[in-house]
Amino acid sequence: MSKAAGPISRGVDAVDDWVNQRASVKSFYRQHLSEYWAPKNFNLWYFFGSLSLLVLVNQLLTGIFLTMHYKPDAEHAFASVEYIMRDVEWGWLIRYMHSTGASLFFAVVYLHMFRALMYGSYKKPRELVWILGVAIFLILMAESFMGYVLPWGQMSYWGAQVIISLFGAVPYVGEGLVEWIRGDYFVADATLNRFFALHVVALPMVLVLLVVLHLAALHEVGSNNPDGVDIKAKKDAKGRPLDAVPFHPYYTVKDIFGAGVFLMIAAFIVFFWPEGGGKFLKPDNFVMANPLVTPDHIPPVWYFTPFYAILQAIPDKLLGVITMGVAVLILFFVPWLDRSPVRSLRYRSWVSRVALGIFVVAFVRLGMLGLSQDSSTFELRLWTFVYFAFFILMPVWTSFEKTKPVPERVTS
Amino acid sequence: MSETEPLASVQPSADDPSRRRLLLASTGVVGAVGVGAAAWPFLASLRPSEKAKVIGAPVEVFIGNLEPGQLARVQWRGSTIGIMRRTERMLADLDKLDDRLRDPESSNLDQQPEYARNQHRSIRPEILVLNVHCTHLGCIPQAIPEVGAQPFDANWLGGFFCPCHRSTFDLAGRVYAGVPASSNLLVPPYSFIDDENVIIGVDPEGAA
Repeated sequence: MSKAAGPISRGVDAVDDWVNQRASVKSFYRQHLSEYWAPKNFNLWYFFGSLSLLVLVNQLLTGIFLTMHYKPDAEHAFASVEYIMRDVEWGWLIRYMHSTGASLFFAVVYLHMFRALMYGSYKKPRELVWILGVAIFLILMAESFMGYVLPWGQMSYWGAQVIISLFGAVPYVGEGLVEWIRGDYFVADATLNRFFALHVVALPMVLVLLVVLHLAALHEVGSNNPDGVDIKAKKDAKGRPLDAVPFHPYYTVKDIFGAGVFLMIAAFIVFFWPEGGGKFLKPDNFVMANPLVTPDHIPPVWYFTPFYAILQAIPDKLLGVITMGVAVLILFFVPWLDRSPVRSLRYRSWVSRVALGIFVVAFVRLGMLGLSQDSSTFELRLWTFVYFAFFILMPVWTSFEKTKPVPERVTS
Repeated sequence: MSETEPLASVQPSADDPSRRRLLLASTGVVGAVGVGAAAWPFLASLRPSEKAKVIGAPVEVFIGNLEPGQLARVQWRGSTIGIMRRTERMLADLDKLDDRLRDPESSNLDQQPEYARNQHRSIRPEILVLNVHCTHLGCIPQAIPEVGAQPFDANWLGGFFCPCHRSTFDLAGRVYAGVPASSNLLVPPYSFIDDENVIIGVDPEGAA
């Protein structure tokens, strides 16, 4: 504190001291921002983590405002969403920010996960970061599914019918379980009401908690980088990694730029393409839910289609459900399926590159097949096979492939 | 103080170990029962309410005016129940399909009451009563009773086709082999009040 400081400045400093003597805000700020040492060679792929956080905040804020007008009641839900769209001032914007936000959430999360696969960000010591990330992905799927039911349109209703009846495949207790989830003998008001509670209260809390843990786990071990080099191995006299910069201001500024570009794209979609050509909001969902009329075709929203295609590939309900579940859960095991001594694809052989490339093709192709109702069964099974082969064979090629030496310092 | 050394203030007396185990075990058991008992009202609150149960009561249907080959639909517990008066030809065709069906003998006992476990899967051969929700994922299949080639089956003998994932069923609701649905369409509990009235949700007298 300088002697020239005025009374206001002295007052601020006094409050600052008072707080920091009781809770160390300063050390938290240093640990996670001003002295969180992040590798200096982050590239474009490193935008998607902070963008996921940005979209999460968007979903929480727009969600709170939607809750102020929405009615979780089978009689009124559909009309209340139309009321938000037509009569609430700026309601259409808030609703579209929320509904397209869901699609953007999955887009950035998928890219974020692909980044981790490319640079081996799940490998020791970051297994827990990855596991928490997959848990976030799972909760996100549940959260978006339940959110999609709330407008109570035809797709909401029949999507819920289809997804809930997946639990009926469980031997012995299946039917009882389905009845318990629905709270009625069919998808009804009780189902809508509990999905509202889970979507608005329970799952967001879990999601936020998992995100905090995901970041805490990351900050404990430090971020990976495109070279997969351990930056903590080379430090200067003060113990700062030579190849790192403090997160703030370097990456806060970079991420703000990334957020700017992202928000331009997001705003374009919200204003000019909010229904995503029927991929974000299905045409049938502009018709109120009717338990007596099944739409001809019940495709899921685009971000679920790869998993839905896997379900369709299996000609047995229980096996289909198990296979679809395993397709997601297998992600948890990636840190142990990858036996490679190096992290980043940059220092692996062509085998790893080709494998990841084919996996991406399989995932995208399954996504396309899951959208259509007359996809060839052969193709569904082929790409489902490729999807699983990627994970099951991962220990094989990562053990045998010839890797290149990893440099001691990150490359520019 | 090292970690292994117990605190002097809580130093256990000589006869303690068994007493401590008993206290720990009983606290654990009582705690678990308490947690279970406290959780039960919350878990049970999610089950169908009394109101939902009343709304799910049996439904009476008049079938006196049902034409041969016609399918009537009614609602029972939010499910669509189809009632069809089958023709002699339709019943005869059920014989020709065994090798194309997954479960021609209705061996999956969950899919029909015992009194409907026969080739025509009904109490009276001509009257078919089915929960017409697809056993794959609950969509409502289209009834296509006509015989003739279909885009999904060149040798179609009439039956139900689910537009969601292309599952097919014959005119007794028996599932074809090699489609996503793995069991026959569900036959709900039902019985005849007289020749012209069916009640859905009530077993025939004497049946379980």
